[in-house]
Amino acid sequence: MTSVSANGDLAISVRGLTRRFGDRTAVSDVSFDVLRGEVFAFLGPNGSGKSTTIRMLCGILEPSAGTGTVLGYDIARQPEQIKQRIGYMSQRFSLYEDLTVRENLEFYAGIYEVPRADLAARIDELVAMAGLNGRERQIAGQLSGGWKQRLALGCAIVHRPPLLFLDEPTAGVDPVSRRDFWTMIHGLAASGVTVFATTHYLDEAEHAARVAMIHDGVLTALATPAEFKSGFLRGHLFGVTSAAPLRALDVLRGLPGLVDVSLYGDALHVLVSSGGAADIEAALTVAGIEDGHAVPIAPSLEDVFISLMRRHQDPAEQPR
Amino acid sequence: MSWARLAAIIRKELIQVRRDRLTLALVVGIPVVELLMFGYALNAVTDHIATVVYDESGTASSREFARAFENSTYFSLVRWVSSRDEAMRAIDSGEAKVALVIPPDFGDRTIAGRLTSAQLIVDGSDPSVAQTALFSGGLVAQAQSGVVTLETLARAGAGAPRGGIELRPVVLYNPRMVSVMFMVPGLIGIILQMQAVLLTALAVVRERERGTLEQLIVSPVRPAELMLGKVLPNVVLCLVSTGLTLLVARVLFGIVPRGSLLDLYVLTLPFLFGSLGIGLAISVVARNQAQALQMTMFTLLPSILLSGFLYAREGMPAIFQAIGLFIPMTYYLQVLRGVIVKGVGLEVLWPQFAALSLFAVLVMTVSLVRFRKTIE
Repeated sequence: MTSVSANGDLAISVRGLTRRFGDRTAVSDVSFDVLRGEVFAFLGPNGSGKSTTIRMLCGILEPSAGTGTVLGYDIARQPEQIKQRIGYMSQRFSLYEDLTVRENLEFYAGIYEVPRADLAARIDELVAMAGLNGRERQIAGQLSGGWKQRLALGCAIVHRPPLLFLDEPTAGVDPVSRRDFWTMIHGLAASGVTVFATTHYLDEAEHAARVAMIHDGVLTALATPAEFKSGFLRGHLFGVTSAAPLRALDVLRGLPGLVDVSLYGDALHVLVSSGGAADIEAALTVAGIEDGHAVPIAPSLEDVFISLMRRHQDPAEQPR
Repeated sequence: MSWARLAAIIRKELIQVRRDRLTLALVVGIPVVELLMFGYALNAVTDHIATVVYDESGTASSREFARAFENSTYFSLVRWVSSRDEAMRAIDSGEAKVALVIPPDFGDRTIAGRLTSAQLIVDGSDPSVAQTALFSGGLVAQAQSGVVTLETLARAGAGAPRGGIELRPVVLYNPRMVSVMFMVPGLIGIILQMQAVLLTALAVVRERERGTLEQLIVSPVRPAELMLGKVLPNVVLCLVSTGLTLLVARVLFGIVPRGSLLDLYVLTLPFLFGSLGIGLAISVVARNQAQALQMTMFTLLPSILLSGFLYAREGMPAIFQAIGLFIPMTYYLQVLRGVIVKGVGLEVLWPQFAALSLFAVLVMTVSLVRFRKTIE
C-alpha cells in the first residue's frame, strides 16, 4: 500500500479520470486532489458530470480511463474497502420513510457494522446533533425537509467515516435549514472529517475551502472562493444603476473594452478589461442617460461562473 | 457474507411489512378473498341449467318426460312456453340455456309403443354448459325410454326383461365430486405464487423508487446479502400465509388434507423458492411498483391457464401440453392435489419435488447474476 504513505495527507487524488457512456463522454480527463479535513465543493450545472464523478469516487462506477485513490484505496480495484470507510448522502435523502428516526439510524448502524457496545451512545449522539431529541419514535416520512436532511446526514455518518460525500445535499430545503446544515458540516470538518460536496448552488460553494468547477465533464477551474472572486475575472466588475436599466444595457453593449454586461434585478453588472467608473458614466451621459451611476463591486461566484462558462463554451464551438 | 448486515436488512424488512397495509393485505386478505371467489363462484360442475319447455303434446307422458329432466338436477324448468318462437326468444334473451320441444304426437306414439322423438335446443355460447346439457339430456332420454319400454311390455302382458349390463362406478378421493375439492388445492398454489412473486418484486422495486437502493449500493452491503435479506422474510410470510389458506379452506369448505402436512410443506419449499426467484427477476426489470404488479400478473397467467388449474391438461393441444411442462405450477398442482385430495406424500411425489427444485435452482441463479449486475 505505497499509495497510502505517499498520499497520506490526501483524502482523494485523481488523475486523468474519464468516464464514457457509449459515444458520450460524461467526465473527461479530470485531475484534482482533496486534502484530509478539507471541505471541497464540486460545482457545476445539472448534467455536467458531477454525479458520475462522485459515483466513480465511491467505487460503484468504474472509470473508462485514469486512476484515483480515495483514502489511499484504488477506486477501480478496492471499492469494498472504500465503501466501508465513506459516508454518502444523496439529494433524495434516501431515508426509509416508513421507519422511525431511531429505526433508520439503527438500520444504517447495522449495515455499517457499528459495534453493539457503541450503538446506543452513537445513536443518541447523532439524534442530539441533528436536533431530533424527542422525535426518535417519529416516522421519518412525517418529518419536514430540514429534519429529514439532518437525519439523512446522521445516517450517513453513523459509522464515523473519515470522508463524507454529499451529492446536492441541500436541494429543496429552506434557507434556514441550509444554514444549519452547513454549520453541522463545518463542525464535522473541524473534527477532521473530509467533506466532498457537489452542488449547483453558487452561494453554497462559498462554504467550501476550495471549489472545483466542472462543465460538460471538463474541470474548468479549481481555486478557493476568494481566488475565484479576485483572479478569475478578466477585468474589473462594476455595478451600474439607472432609472432606465434596459436602455443602459443597450448603450453599454457598445462600450470600448467591454467583456460582458448583464442584468441583475434592476442593476447591471459590467465587466471591462480597461477603463473605470468614470468611463462608464460618461458613455451613459453621451447617450442621454443622466442618472447612470457606476461603482466597483466584488464579484459573486455567479459572476465568475457565468464568465467561465462563456469562456468555455466559445472554444467548444470549434472542432476539438 | 456478514451476518450483522443480513440481520439488519431482515429486521428492517419485517418492520416495513408490519407497517405496510398493501403487504398485510397481500398476506392475509388474498387467501380469504380468493378462496371465497374461486371456491364459490367458479363452480366447475354445471347443473340446474335453466330450461324452458314447449309441450305441444300436453299429455301425461310428455309431462312425465319433462319432469324427468327436472329430476335429473342437471336442468331447472323455469317456464312452460306456448310456441317455438317463445322458446327461441327465451334462449336469445338468456332466460334459458336450453329449450325442450315435445311434438304433438309424443303421447300417442309412446302409448302405441312406437319410436318417438323430442327436440333439445341448446345455447352453444358456453361450451361447458352445452356439453353438460347434451350429455345429461341424452341420459335422461335413455332412462325414460327404458321406463316407457317397460310400461309397453307390461301392457302387452310380458314380464320384465332380464339381463343387460349395469355399470357400478366407484369414484375415488372425491366421491361426491364437489368442485371445491378440485379448485381449492390449486388455489393454494395460485395464491402462494402470486404472494411470493409480488412481495419480492415490490420489496426491491420500492427501494429503487424511493432512492434507498442507491444508498445501499454505496454501502458495504453485498448483492447476496441484500437478496437473502429480501427473500428470507418472504419465505416466512408465505409459509404462514399458506397455513392460513389451508385453515380458511378447512373452515369454509371442510377441506382437510388427507396426506401429511409435513410432506406438503417440504414439497412446497422448492415451489416457493422458484416463485421468489421469479419475483427477484421481475425486480431487476421493473422500474416502479405498477410495472412490478403487471409483470406479476403476466407470469401468473400461464400458471392459471396451462398448468391444469382450470382445465385438464389432457384436453389441450400438444404444444400447450409441452409448454405446461416448463411451468412449475404444473408440478405443484400435482403436489397439492396429491397430498390434499389423494393423501399421497413424498414417496409418490418425488419426481415433482425434483422438477420444482431444478426450476428453483435455475431461476435463483439467473436472478442472482442479473441482480448483482444491476446493483454493481
